[in-house]
Amino acid sequence: MTDEIAGRRKTRWHIAVFLAPAILVYTALMIVPLFSTLKLSLFKDIDHQQVFVGLDNFRTLFGDPRWSKDFWNALGNNLWFFTVHMLLQNPIGILLAALLSNPRLRFASFYRTAIFVPTILSFVIVGFTWKLILSPIWGIAPNLLDAIGLKSLFAPWLGMEAYALTTLSLISVWQFVGIPMMLIYAALLTIPDEVLEAAECDGITGMAQFWKIQLPLILPSIGIISVLTFVANFNAFDLIYSAQGALAGPNYATDILGTFLYRTFFGFQLQIGNPNMGSAIAFAMLMIILTGVSIYLFAVQTRLRRYQL
Amino acid sequence: MNHDPLKRVLLAATFALAAGSAHAADVTLTIESWRNDDLPIWQEKIIPAFEAKNPGIKLKFTPSAPPEYNAVLNSKLDAGSAGDLIACRPFDASLSLYSKGHLVPVQGLAGMKDFSAVAKSGWSTDDGAVTYCVPVASVIHGFLYNKDAFAKVGVEVPKTEAEFFAALEKIKKDGTYIPMAMGTNDQWEAATMGYNNIGPNYWKGEEGRLALIKGTQKLTDEPWVAPYRQLAKWKPYLGDGFEAQTYPDSQNLFTLGRAAIYPAGSWDISGFNTQAQFKMGAFYPPVQKAGDECYISDHTDIAIGMNAKTKNPEAAMKFLNWVTTAEFADLYANALPGFFSLSDHKITMKDPVAQEFLSWRGKCKSTIRSTYQILSRGTPNLENETWNASVNVIKGTETPEAAGARLQKGLASWYKPQQ
Repeated sequence: MTDEIAGRRKTRWHIAVFLAPAILVYTALMIVPLFSTLKLSLFKDIDHQQVFVGLDNFRTLFGDPRWSKDFWNALGNNLWFFTVHMLLQNPIGILLAALLSNPRLRFASFYRTAIFVPTILSFVIVGFTWKLILSPIWGIAPNLLDAIGLKSLFAPWLGMEAYALTTLSLISVWQFVGIPMMLIYAALLTIPDEVLEAAECDGITGMAQFWKIQLPLILPSIGIISVLTFVANFNAFDLIYSAQGALAGPNYATDILGTFLYRTFFGFQLQIGNPNMGSAIAFAMLMIILTGVSIYLFAVQTRLRRYQL
Repeated sequence: MNHDPLKRVLLAATFALAAGSAHAADVTLTIESWRNDDLPIWQEKIIPAFEAKNPGIKLKFTPSAPPEYNAVLNSKLDAGSAGDLIACRPFDASLSLYSKGHLVPVQGLAGMKDFSAVAKSGWSTDDGAVTYCVPVASVIHGFLYNKDAFAKVGVEVPKTEAEFFAALEKIKKDGTYIPMAMGTNDQWEAATMGYNNIGPNYWKGEEGRLALIKGTQKLTDEPWVAPYRQLAKWKPYLGDGFEAQTYPDSQNLFTLGRAAIYPAGSWDISGFNTQAQFKMGAFYPPVQKAGDECYISDHTDIAIGMNAKTKNPEAAMKFLNWVTTAEFADLYANALPGFFSLSDHKITMKDPVAQEFLSWRGKCKSTIRSTYQILSRGTPNLENETWNASVNVIKGTETPEAAGARLQKGLASWYKPQQ
């Protein structure tokens, strides 16, 4: 009897051995920095001594009108940035995928490549190129609009508070529309032809086929894409920084959480970096993303209906 | 692997030799800087001049991009991977490096007697007792203008504000040139080349600046709001789409001869000399009424200090002492027209435009940028706020009075003498 229990409890070392590399690397690169950031956010620099102050930094971030104004401004801008991506990037990605999966489309692989190429470009190149295109002085945008008689529609968008953020969101959509397109395209390819043929036999063709057969089958992929977009957008920084600089002008109209974090953590010009407040912002960002992902995981994903293909 | 004893002995000998020769080899000092534009000048002129006089010391100039410099440097210093010599930003950025023990005092260097207290102010403790960087250069603000454009449109160099706006109006009416090349996209030009360029005439240079630090003047006082009023009047004379115009855009507009006036920092001179095809002139910020005393922003900008953790302190100190000499001052100022030596050595500039800027030191009273000393220590940061306010005022989204009130409120929130 005792022997039997001992036998059952025999440690299965191979599991630990197989898991170890991943756990070690993940711990070193993700978990340790995460907790040291959290730790940093609970301290404050007082006369060059790191002093434990509990949640004081968070109280400043949300309680001090100056800090909280910047924070809510950045969060609001971030929400708009995300909204534009959800309203444009993902529907356009799905549309492009649906068009690409049409067997009668010619040059499909060319389009696929051409649309995907911007996603592998560096943010710096994208930011710089679009800044040049939209430049009121040297840009081709004013000339192109002039050629079709719409010069009056041109404005120095990147320099105007009302339009700058939307313009940058659209640039980002242009850059990343290839990602949802590819994922949805892959999902559409996994739908067996028999299912579609059966639908055709039942008289469901054309658009109806997409809405009634394909869309429900790719819904889980759309869910995943939404979460990826959410995480990427709330971690965004590069495009804004390369196009508008760390002050995220004009008048903080393009300030998102990433640039706010950068400015606070590392400082800017005469502003000296404040790693403690920066960590507090980083932690707030983590909580926002965690909340968003949790809502998806527990409220949305569990309700998605999956079909066995 | 063959463990032949003879081979092992030979191998060991080789290593010993290598180690020995490495020890006798040159000391290499690495210089951290944000002046990536200066790389060729350091490599072609300054470094060879120093190395010729100091055999055994090699220099390496490794600049990073200006906006990232402070952040990059701080991270490198904390990680212990920073260079031996460090280009010092003026005031608090370097003061914090000193108080964290990253920089060492340099006032003991023999050559430090050749620098005035104002020159050292950017890199000294608040009480002036310790200086931790050797001052290298200052930049002077003013306006550059296209002489050909002025001749063609028929305007004279403005001396007063009324003449200045009359000239702008005339250039605008003429239509050949954009009256003034400045954009608000990058924000800092509006504050540095706008507010702090024209401002000293209103707040009377050092007098107003020190009064602000003492708390006897406020940012809502007339001398501090009036420059914003003038900035607000600049808007119609800036080019189409100035809202999205970047600093390089403005530079190119001017050097391509498309703009007549360029609110400048003297650091632009050397770059413009090689690019502009027209004759370039300069004038200092026009005064309010004819006969008023003129004030210029002659801002302490660059210094060099020693990383406290350097492995070669003697060589680094030797270099720093060379930086204090007339030889370096002359070499640097003439290699980089527009960066004026802060030392008391008499230097003649070969570049006429740079000489023009330098001559203002004799005609006008010098001051430094109002926001740099002490006043940008807290949150909100007065310098960054001034960028934002200057842009808002030029665009017309905030009135000069509202901007002054907002800045004053921000400053008073953390700065005791203003409370």
